[in-house]
Amino acid sequence: MKRLEVLKTYKLYIGGEFPRTESGRYYTPTGRNDAQLGNICLSSRKDFRNAVVAARSAVGGWAGRSAFNRSQILYRIGEMLEGRKAQFVDELYRQGVSQAAAKKEVEEAIDICVYYAGWCDKYQQVFSAVNPVASSHFNFSVYEPVGVVAAIAPESSGLSGVISTVMPIIAGGNSCVLLASEKRPLCSITLGEVLATSDLPGGVVNILTGNREELFSNIISHKDVNALVASDLSDVDRASAQTESVHNLKRLILHKDELLGAESPYLILDTQEVKTTWHPIEASIAGGGKY
Amino acid sequence: MKNLKTNGSKDPLGLFSSPPVDQVGITERAKRFTTRSLKTDCKSDGLRMILSMIDLTTLEGADTPRKVRQLCYKAEHLHDSIPDLPSTAAVCVYPTLVKVAKDALSESSTVKIASVATAFPAGQGHLDHKLEETRRAVEDGADEIDMVISRGKFLSGDYAYVSDEIAQVKEACQGARLKVILETGELGTLDAVRRASDIAIRSGADFIKTSTGKISPAATLPITLVMLLAIRDHYFATGEMIGMKPAGGISKSKLALQYLLMVKETLGDAWLDNEWFRFGASSLANDVLMQVAKQEEGVYQAAQYFSKD
Repeated sequence: MKRLEVLKTYKLYIGGEFPRTESGRYYTPTGRNDAQLGNICLSSRKDFRNAVVAARSAVGGWAGRSAFNRSQILYRIGEMLEGRKAQFVDELYRQGVSQAAAKKEVEEAIDICVYYAGWCDKYQQVFSAVNPVASSHFNFSVYEPVGVVAAIAPESSGLSGVISTVMPIIAGGNSCVLLASEKRPLCSITLGEVLATSDLPGGVVNILTGNREELFSNIISHKDVNALVASDLSDVDRASAQTESVHNLKRLILHKDELLGAESPYLILDTQEVKTTWHPIEASIAGGGKY
Repeated sequence: MKNLKTNGSKDPLGLFSSPPVDQVGITERAKRFTTRSLKTDCKSDGLRMILSMIDLTTLEGADTPRKVRQLCYKAEHLHDSIPDLPSTAAVCVYPTLVKVAKDALSESSTVKIASVATAFPAGQGHLDHKLEETRRAVEDGADEIDMVISRGKFLSGDYAYVSDEIAQVKEACQGARLKVILETGELGTLDAVRRASDIAIRSGADFIKTSTGKISPAATLPITLVMLLAIRDHYFATGEMIGMKPAGGISKSKLALQYLLMVKETLGDAWLDNEWFRFGASSLANDVLMQVAKQEEGVYQAAQYFSKD
């Protein structure tokens, strides 16, 4: 007898758990040869709201971790990806990518994890500054995470676009709510399963699937989202992002090109803000005035 | 069975017997309130009603006069950028800080001052100290006294002591309204909650209150439902209204709305007033304010735009 294959229902990843969408809605995207990819949650604005709540409560602890520890965890994500390579290759293949290209993309994604793991405890000392001032003060400019960052994965991407969007955000101590690609969501959700088993605290990365058009206005107007990272927005969406983000002066990082496989420390700085602080130099420390 | 009902010889006349509670039924009934959904105008009115029912509370060892002054300001000015918001029903503080609260609240303020008393939160103190504490809190200006029952005595079956104590504290209140905290998290069963509710009501409580907020679990829907039923039975028997105050663990407006539903459908509209129903909470106010602001402004809010409490 021919076996009937079970079509997997992919769930969301919010606050370290895998809930179904609160709305109870699903959609079934198709991939290679019009085969169904799975039952995918069609997230509602309330799922987004819940994800932001989870991200907000996680960001303090994540930003407060030592840079070295964040580095270890990002590296661990790379390790876990390596262990699930076959699954990701298979998913990319089902989404229409050739075997060879899929393998290359997954390996690239793992390398990106390792790359940003390395930068976690280095971007501060490379980019922070001790500024020259005309009084007996230290004047530092240091980078701090902006907080909760919403990210919209490029629509065309499978894995590497997602990884190169998320990694620089969390490397810098932010938490992240990611909206996966609508047509190619599999890798994003499976990434959630990887993250859940890689020491990353729950809520630091939250992954939603669904329709970008439906969620966009909520993402961009939510006052508890501090920044938005996206690349393939339409001109209309770009314009509405500019207007709607004024509710809380959200930082908009709207890349012109997709971040496929991008590696750069400046992508970490995109979701950092510079804080400058003054500190008096005591005369005794400064050499009794003969400094 | 006889021993169970009257708990040995300590209640030979069955003065403190209460009807048994159907635990499964109560849990089911309470669960149904969580599936209900209030929208638009109804939600908006409900949220404002919740704000007007909050006893804004700070009960920490680290409370300072400034913290209490800040709390009082917050009680009167919940969020000034939204016009026509109510003030909270009361502020709830330790007895030593009642005077501070009295000074901090404006003359014409509708915000009442509630003070915990009677060796809060454990209730393990001598009766004369408890009475003295109550009297002083009232003299300092407390409009309401939140007392705790002696759970140790209750659990060992000495209901007469618990009852007498409540009656004496009521007398020491000199007219201030008395809320009796049962600390349901320490009582164990719904039967015990019902019995404690009945004892408190018959001994002179103006309000019955679930918890101190120091013990987990604090207020839950099923426990509150049992207490509401005790109030309802008392009302049917005597025509006298008793207030209800769930406290502790209610920090989300959605949950608070479910409590309102439960009150409306168990006791009726007469209880939907801060004269008869209160929430003991500190972080609930900001969550409700965020919901109100969301309705006014149309976008999801962030905690950083609301004053700390």
